[in-house]
Amino acid sequence: MKVLVLVKPTPDTESKIRISADGSKIETGDVKWIINPYDEYAIEEAVKIKEKAGAGDVIVACFGSDSAKELIVKALAVGGTRGLLVSNEGLETADSLTVAKVLAKAVASESPDLVFCGRHAIDDDNMHVGTMVAELLGWPHVNVVSKLEVTGKTAKAERSVEGGMVEVYEIGLPCVIGADKALNKPRYASLPGIMQAKKKPFDLKKPGDLGVDAAALKAGVRTVVTGFTNPPEKPAGKVFKGEDVEVMVDKVVKLLREEAKVI
Amino acid sequence: MKVLVFLEQRDGKLKSSSLEALSLGAKLAGSAADCAAVLVGKGVEGLAAQVKGYGADTVHVVDDAAFEKYNPLAYANAVEAAIKAHGAKIVLGVASPMGRDVFPRLAARMDAGIATDLTSCELSGEKLSGVKPMYSGKALAKIEIASGNVKFATIRPNVFPATQTGAGNAAVAKLSASAPADSRIKTIEVRKGASTKADLTEATRIVSGGRSLASADNFKILNELADVIGATVGASRAAVDSGYATHDMQVGQTGKTVNPTLYIAAGVSGSIQHMAGMRTSKVIVAINTDPEAPIFKVASYGIVGDLFKVVPLLTAKMKQLLT
Ligand SMILES: Cc1cc2nc3c(=O)[nH]c(=O)nc-3n(C[C@H](O)[C@H](O)[C@H](O)COP(=O)(O)OP(=O)(O)OC[C@H]3O[C@@H](n4cnc5c(N)ncnc54)[C@H](O)[C@@H]3O)c2cc1C
Ligand SMILES: Nc1ncnc2c1ncn2[C@@H]1O[C@H](COP(=O)(O)O)[C@@H](O)[C@H]1O
Repeated sequence: MKVLVLVKPTPDTESKIRISADGSKIETGDVKWIINPYDEYAIEEAVKIKEKAGAGDVIVACFGSDSAKELIVKALAVGGTRGLLVSNEGLETADSLTVAKVLAKAVASESPDLVFCGRHAIDDDNMHVGTMVAELLGWPHVNVVSKLEVTGKTAKAERSVEGGMVEVYEIGLPCVIGADKALNKPRYASLPGIMQAKKKPFDLKKPGDLGVDAAALKAGVRTVVTGFTNPPEKPAGKVFKGEDVEVMVDKVVKLLREEAKVI
Repeated sequence: MKVLVFLEQRDGKLKSSSLEALSLGAKLAGSAADCAAVLVGKGVEGLAAQVKGYGADTVHVVDDAAFEKYNPLAYANAVEAAIKAHGAKIVLGVASPMGRDVFPRLAARMDAGIATDLTSCELSGEKLSGVKPMYSGKALAKIEIASGNVKFATIRPNVFPATQTGAGNAAVAKLSASAPADSRIKTIEVRKGASTKADLTEATRIVSGGRSLASADNFKILNELADVIGATVGASRAAVDSGYATHDMQVGQTGKTVNPTLYIAAGVSGSIQHMAGMRTSKVIVAINTDPEAPIFKVASYGIVGDLFKVVPLLTAKMKQLLT
């Protein structure tokens, strides 16, 4: 079985998000980059499939800048077999459909049986790219998958939706599966794993190598982020302490009803 | 402007935030004639009557056994058929599990721009613009779609008003669409998971507990408060990792992003990651023994005290007030 995992670099969850003085962009100078946390579940699931089969390929692919190489190598350290980085030079701020167009070509060039991605990226909070890649390839997909069983050319996938409901799908391969947190428990890299990762095959490509015309892509970008603002600060709250508990509870209930009008 | 709004239903029940999307759609369209909606399912034609007066003259209905259960390819085909039937230039929906599944697929299919989870949305000429939280709410992005024949957007639930203006007679127009072969994708079952309460992401009131609850059993004091005020119970990751709460209850960076009108946090310290998921709550109430706990910085109201004393009293007072 040949499996491909899509991974995206995102700022570490602890990072402070600073908006540039002119409001045009997020300052990334002092940001620590990590693999999008949901992509870690995608990697783990792919590696588990390879281990269960006793053989197979787990290609870890990213459309990103040179610095993404380091993160892909981290994924190779936990069981990926090959890295693929498609340079996004000149297309760093391209919208999700543009990213998906490049990734769909990358996937097509590898023709895997299965593609994993994360349910959404924690920077743009979009939940677009995996589903778009599936559509561009004419493949089915299930996103936000909490349980997966692959048997031959089909998979059974469970996805949690609102109201505590679970949708259960039977899906034909090849397909795209978006990993949710409940899917598995990602492993930590072992020391030998880290050493071996550096020697694993790694391809660096440009969109042109995949038959994509970067200039045409750039001209086709439709969704643009034109600027950022900080979320509004809340006015200082009213915090009660040192009084009788019953008195404090009474005060808060009264405020909820009369001031905030939410009860 | 021709606008189409995707109305979601599950088990024959219309999603309430779909009315929010429809109200926005009616506003952007400018007239009930230009605003249409689409309903997909089996035996759902009758639901069209529920959107009468919300601004759409036509409700396209794809009503067929093949659409009984949600299936991403089938539903994408149905919405696509309605886009074509109406000649829609703008397609609106809700940033729900269904909306966030169908819309990216259609945007890719139609080579269109897409903005997801908008908290504001405007149209000027051909340009659709809005604001969308990014980085788990740590920044608000201004987003714009200026080109393309069709533009897609989903809105965050509980942000936009649902307004029945009286315009729009919601006449049913039957439409057919194709479902994918079973071998590609088939929904074999939709079943109840663990909880029956409103999903956290949809809840208008949430009571959350942290590590200090100290056992799964102790969560019952939060359940009691939640029952009285009609809230859904959430948890911090520390509570989930300790096995006191299930993972689908987790609020935060790696859990759910919630947006209720009332969020009560009991024994939750207010880590960056927890706050990433709940900071946009309208009113936050914090209960914590530590006056320095970061949660008090975002709290609208706070009580420095032992949750095991405060919460039962709060439940009792609320009961008095509400029954
Ligand atoms: C990559 C990453 C992702 C993460 N994602 C999430 C996430 O999605 N959601 C999340 O919540 N966390 C997340 N975390 C974990 C987060 O950093 C915190 O560890 C966690 O939120 C702490 O949970 P807590 O507030 O319950 O526990 P603690 O921080 O231990 O706080 C317990 C609080 O209870 C108070 N207390 C104790 N006894 C009582 C009492 N009797 N009455 C009242 N108050 C009492 C204490 O004063 C303290 O403030 C993530 C961490 C990382 C590194
Ligand atoms: N530039 C990228 N390179 C590789 N994978 C990506 C990229 N952008 C997004 N993805 C994948 O698509 C998922 C959803 O991303 P998003 O649509 O940005 O929320 C991520 O979790 C990744 O698995």
